[in-house]
Amino acid sequence: MDAEKALLSLRNVVKHFDISGGLLDQIQFEKGRLVRRRTTVKAVNDISFQVLTGETFSVVGESGCGKSTLARTAIGLYPPDGGKIYYDGQRIDHLSPGQMLPYRARIQMIFQDPYASLNPRKTVRQTLEEPVYFHQPSAKAAEVRDRVAAVMEQVGVDPQWAGRYPHEFSGGQRQRISIARALMVDPEFVVADEPVSALDVSIQAQILNLLMSAQEEHGLTYMFITHDLSVVRHISTRVAVLYLGTLCELAATGELFQAPRHPYTQALLSAIPKLGQHGVHYVKLKGEVPTPIDLPSGCVFHGRCLFADERCRHEKPALMRLQSGTQVACHGVEEGRL
Amino acid sequence: MHHLLEVQDLEVKFALRFGELTAINGVGFTLERGERMGLVGESGAGKSVTGFAIINLISKPGYISRGRVLFEGRALNQLSHEAMRDIRGNRISMIFQDPMMTLNPVLTVGTQMVETLLAHRRISRQAAAKIALDKLRMVQIPSPEKRLTQYPHEFSGGMRQRIVIAIALVTDPALIIADEPTTALDVTIQAEIMELLLELCQAQKTGLVLITHDLAVVSQVTEKLAVMYAGSIVEKGATDVIVNDPAHPYTQGLIRALPGIITPGSRLHQIPGVMPSLTSIPPGCPFHPRCPFCAAVCRTTPPHLAPVDSRQVACHMVATQNGRLEPTGIVETWQPDTRMTATGKAVETHGR
Repeated sequence: MDAEKALLSLRNVVKHFDISGGLLDQIQFEKGRLVRRRTTVKAVNDISFQVLTGETFSVVGESGCGKSTLARTAIGLYPPDGGKIYYDGQRIDHLSPGQMLPYRARIQMIFQDPYASLNPRKTVRQTLEEPVYFHQPSAKAAEVRDRVAAVMEQVGVDPQWAGRYPHEFSGGQRQRISIARALMVDPEFVVADEPVSALDVSIQAQILNLLMSAQEEHGLTYMFITHDLSVVRHISTRVAVLYLGTLCELAATGELFQAPRHPYTQALLSAIPKLGQHGVHYVKLKGEVPTPIDLPSGCVFHGRCLFADERCRHEKPALMRLQSGTQVACHGVEEGRL
Repeated sequence: MHHLLEVQDLEVKFALRFGELTAINGVGFTLERGERMGLVGESGAGKSVTGFAIINLISKPGYISRGRVLFEGRALNQLSHEAMRDIRGNRISMIFQDPMMTLNPVLTVGTQMVETLLAHRRISRQAAAKIALDKLRMVQIPSPEKRLTQYPHEFSGGMRQRIVIAIALVTDPALIIADEPTTALDVTIQAEIMELLLELCQAQKTGLVLITHDLAVVSQVTEKLAVMYAGSIVEKGATDVIVNDPAHPYTQGLIRALPGIITPGSRLHQIPGVMPSLTSIPPGCPFHPRCPFCAAVCRTTPPHLAPVDSRQVACHMVATQNGRLEPTGIVETWQPDTRMTATGKAVETHGR
């Protein structure tokens, strides 16, 4: 992979959340002694990947697998507990909020729920103007107004409605306004966290088309977080599959959907309901997703994997690159068993 | 012999301060024993209201203003509360989207199952507990004896939905109404739950009304399909027929808007605009402002379901043009699909 084309680069990033509460919650009585125990949710564990300029990089996985945490850690909304993050060649994970400010204008985010992510007390114009004045305090009022009109036009919301409040718009229109807000400061990198999950099919198609057009017009790079695999297949260049905060497989979209290598990816893809298919056919996994508080030893997937052996239970598989370019973390694939 | 379920010209209205809203308008369909039907549409189409109306659970200010719901020949919407309670949860069970909202958090799963049985059967607590155990086994919950004494919060989302299904099955109903039963779940869990529901319905000859927005799920599980838009059924018939060859412009748009049908990366087919809210349903055909085939008659006269090939469609254009639809380009909001060539096959084959 061409290192100079990487816009965002993560190296062994770790993010854990301490949920042990106060001191009294942490103290436990064990074998006749008082001991202090901390409880941590191991949301992101030792993840490395690169997002290349101009691509749509998707992160998929089931709820609780750490995909949103990964996205937020990657753009510095959460400080990582380990590893390094580079943006455009510069290390950004240890920057102060002030030092981070120039990057904030270049990186924007779109959230899942357009009902929660727009301030109900602000008109569309105020919502759209705010990031511009924040990042360019000297901006001229007339220019900003023109820009609001231009961006609203571009996302398909009539600029005459700029004086209205979010509650006066439908869900799809609100998501258009969220996208407009992200586009206002002319970013180069947009992180979209489940941007179409809350929308109906016909509206979802409108928003996906809009995102694809915006990418072409502005040369945007996307990091797309979603659980909807048919959406992923449609828009992404490359896909990273996450399970329990660990990267299982990273591959070009076509390759991943045609020849998934990791047993988890295979199970996940088989479960997508297909139009016109009779009956439910899918790869059955054993058991349930373990809690990220007590991660399984060895391969995090071994407890549910149909092909796990002794080695999988003890030794953590490393991500390795196959000839097809697919990166996969699985002993079975490495040994040629799968 | 009566149908298992026959809904005739059902209309539900909500009496609000500023006037009456029509939530569903003349919905009708039949379901035989052991038959599975999908009720599909986007949010606000009236699918859930239809589900609630079947078991007479429309609460004020809503009311059934017209039509009948016949279950095994009895008109449910004319029954007393007591008679209705005898059927609801007994002969007809309902499964809802969010299992955490359906289950009582302060009662064990076993208590909730036994409670349901004791409300409908004259049996001892022990006998009820035994049936409950059987049903937990049936929905493939591991170590069911232990699970009976646990509370809902001790189960994962998928397991909770299995419990809800077990409770729905505990009285051996003839009909299950499942309202978005897997929408809150991950795809792998969704596949498990759908497979379970399908197998159980087949094994017990239980009728199923599956309410969902997901056409792919419906095509896997059901034999019949009704597509709803703005409170009316716009197309109904065999699932296979409609999914492979949709006739109504809305159904066509809905299927072509799904990612995964056309080449990845190309623009998706989009239906312009949004579904009208109940306060402003347009005159004539409710779909006409978004329809690429709209003609003068569509703006004034509401269409009725009429047979086209082997299904029923409510569309003037499908009816007059013998099922073959060519875009008229009248609608200003309609943007011609730039990728029409990519989906040209769909254009040629529709409405045959």
